[in-house]
Amino acid sequence: MFDIIADRFIKLQRKILGYGRLSQKEISDTLREIRILLLDADVNYKVVGEFLRSLEEKLKSEKIASSLKPGELVIVELYKEIVKLLGEKPTKLNLTNQFNILCLFGLQGTGKTTTAAKLAYYYKEKKPLLVACDPKRPAASLQLQKLAERVKVDFIPVKEDIFTTAKVALEFAKKNNNQLVLFDTAGRLHIDEELMKELKEFKEKIKPNYNLLVVDGMVGQDAVNQAKEFNEKIGIDGVIITKMDGDAKGGACLSIRAVSKAPIIFIGIGEKIDDLQEFHPDRIASRILGRGDIKTLIEKVESAVNREDQEKLTKKFLKGEFNLEDFLNQLKIIKKMGSLQKILSMMPIPELKVINFDEKEIIKMEAIILSMTKEERRNPKIIDGSRKKRIALGSGTTVADVNRLLNDFFQAQKLAKLFKDKRKIF
Amino acid sequence: MNIFEKLKGALKKTREKFRGIFFSDNLEELEEILLSADIGTQLTQKLIEECKKFSGDKKEFLKEKLINILSIPYKERFFSSPKVILVVGVNGSGKTTTVGKLAYYYKINHNDVIIASADTYRDAATEQLKIWAEKINTEIVLSQKGQDSAAVVFDAIQSAQKRKKDILLIDTAGRLHTRKELIEELKKIIRVINKIKKSKPEEIFLIIDATVGQNGIEQAKVFKDEIDITGIIITKLDGTAKGGILIPIAYEFKLPICYIGCGENIDDLIPFSPEDFVKAIFED
Repeated sequence: MFDIIADRFIKLQRKILGYGRLSQKEISDTLREIRILLLDADVNYKVVGEFLRSLEEKLKSEKIASSLKPGELVIVELYKEIVKLLGEKPTKLNLTNQFNILCLFGLQGTGKTTTAAKLAYYYKEKKPLLVACDPKRPAASLQLQKLAERVKVDFIPVKEDIFTTAKVALEFAKKNNNQLVLFDTAGRLHIDEELMKELKEFKEKIKPNYNLLVVDGMVGQDAVNQAKEFNEKIGIDGVIITKMDGDAKGGACLSIRAVSKAPIIFIGIGEKIDDLQEFHPDRIASRILGRGDIKTLIEKVESAVNREDQEKLTKKFLKGEFNLEDFLNQLKIIKKMGSLQKILSMMPIPELKVINFDEKEIIKMEAIILSMTKEERRNPKIIDGSRKKRIALGSGTTVADVNRLLNDFFQAQKLAKLFKDKRKIF
Repeated sequence: MNIFEKLKGALKKTREKFRGIFFSDNLEELEEILLSADIGTQLTQKLIEECKKFSGDKKEFLKEKLINILSIPYKERFFSSPKVILVVGVNGSGKTTTVGKLAYYYKINHNDVIIASADTYRDAATEQLKIWAEKINTEIVLSQKGQDSAAVVFDAIQSAQKRKKDILLIDTAGRLHTRKELIEELKKIIRVINKIKKSKPEEIFLIIDATVGQNGIEQAKVFKDEIDITGIIITKLDGTAKGGILIPIAYEFKLPICYIGCGENIDDLIPFSPEDFVKAIFED
């Protein structure tokens, strides 16, 4: 599953990881390659366009532009965008303990009948009833009947038309306490007005809990037409993508959500009765990128971003540009991490350790800085007596507390200046 | 309704898409249309480049180009009686329906046809084909689920020979081209044909679903490399899918497109003509 697309993504990632900087040229090269790759994987060309625009914005962010090793950041952004395209969170069918109706529809040959049997097996504890609702294809009813026998679930064969079939089936289900009724409808083209009208009428009469579109995983650009038309004419609550066990490129998975907004719920991954898998966007995305380790990478990248921020702050500090806003940020980090002593030992400036903090003090300091205006935080020198009074009042502290904080801060700034001068000397 | 009218009807949606683009010289739009027809990035880029260089009527140029690509000579072969036609393809591509339509097509062209159901995997596959056979009024060799498909084919050739049939049409189980053991099974069927008929099957048709994307290229490649298919039949062309995958397949593998399936009726199968196909796409 997704092996071909993953192979190409792995090659592309190797290239991306080699970039020292991400200038305009690297960004457009990367985007161009992703475009071809996605188109070759049958992702709809319009969806590809939107995907690239969104990704480009992310790649042009300051975080990536200023990073010294942008490769991993790019891969993480790419991963996040793919997860977004696939629908973020997995969607489960919310079946009640009483009575549920699922209706399967789609084009000819997408795998509706096989999927109906797989669903019956998957929800076997609901005592499913399989209903053949395809009076058109020769022996379609018989095919489902044989599958029902194999799964050992109840079955209703097709009658002269689908409405009669449904009536018989629903009466049977009520008497027989089937909690789940599965309708396997005839394959139909989404442009066949008559059959679409019939399906709509069926939906309105039967009111299934879920109307599920079954799509062949090997489908090309037509995937979006199918999803769009079925959604507009019938309304779809979810999608099942079949035949994902071959070398299907998976373009349908990536396009359908974007055009229909309907979530993908299952994928079919083989011919056996239990070859039906819940659809997890995050797992599928890491599969598409060929990275089983994506979670680790995200953690690594995120901690590296923190590290980079720290390094930037240290530089700022050493240049004497450190202000109370930075101070506040540091306090927040310290609070988040808990152990103050540990943080102090991590500080790059040994002299800072002489400043005496305790945990309660941090909360107080934070309150004081939060009561300052932006201007005061950036340029603490302007804080005169009346400002101090206001700040003390706003933060529930005393002027003495404000003075102490400012003294500590100026002391730190002095230290920083000292460092700066020292560096000049050497 | 004549064949060309039928084709035009089936390709209505495709034609509507193509119509607008030649009023302008907007190659970006042309690229979009070629891509959305599943022609694929490589061939699309190549065609666009060539269009750019060409200064005359771009529509005529592209039409000719596509006709050229699709014009792979296809000659019906005959080795020994009965003529054996094997129909293969991935799951759900429309093999069984196509076998029914082919049987009807050969029959109205004055051939004595017998059908064999060698799909011993899918439930009710045999029964489905049997209903087609009854409709067309042809003989059929049935099989049991789980039976050895090569054995079914062996029996079918023998009874076709005995009854002096002109054509034996064999329906096989759907198989993804990535399933090596199932491709081996097809090879075994072909070996049985070779042995009893003392020649290759006359035709091995690969059925390709018009809605398929770039995966169609891999399907054609594997089936060509492994079992030497002789031609392609494209099905479900009556939807919104444009069947554009035919173009890279013809371009890359030089495989002839033999028939088009464009509906659910028994006579909705027409011989493929590159000129008509391209004309039906481009002309009102």
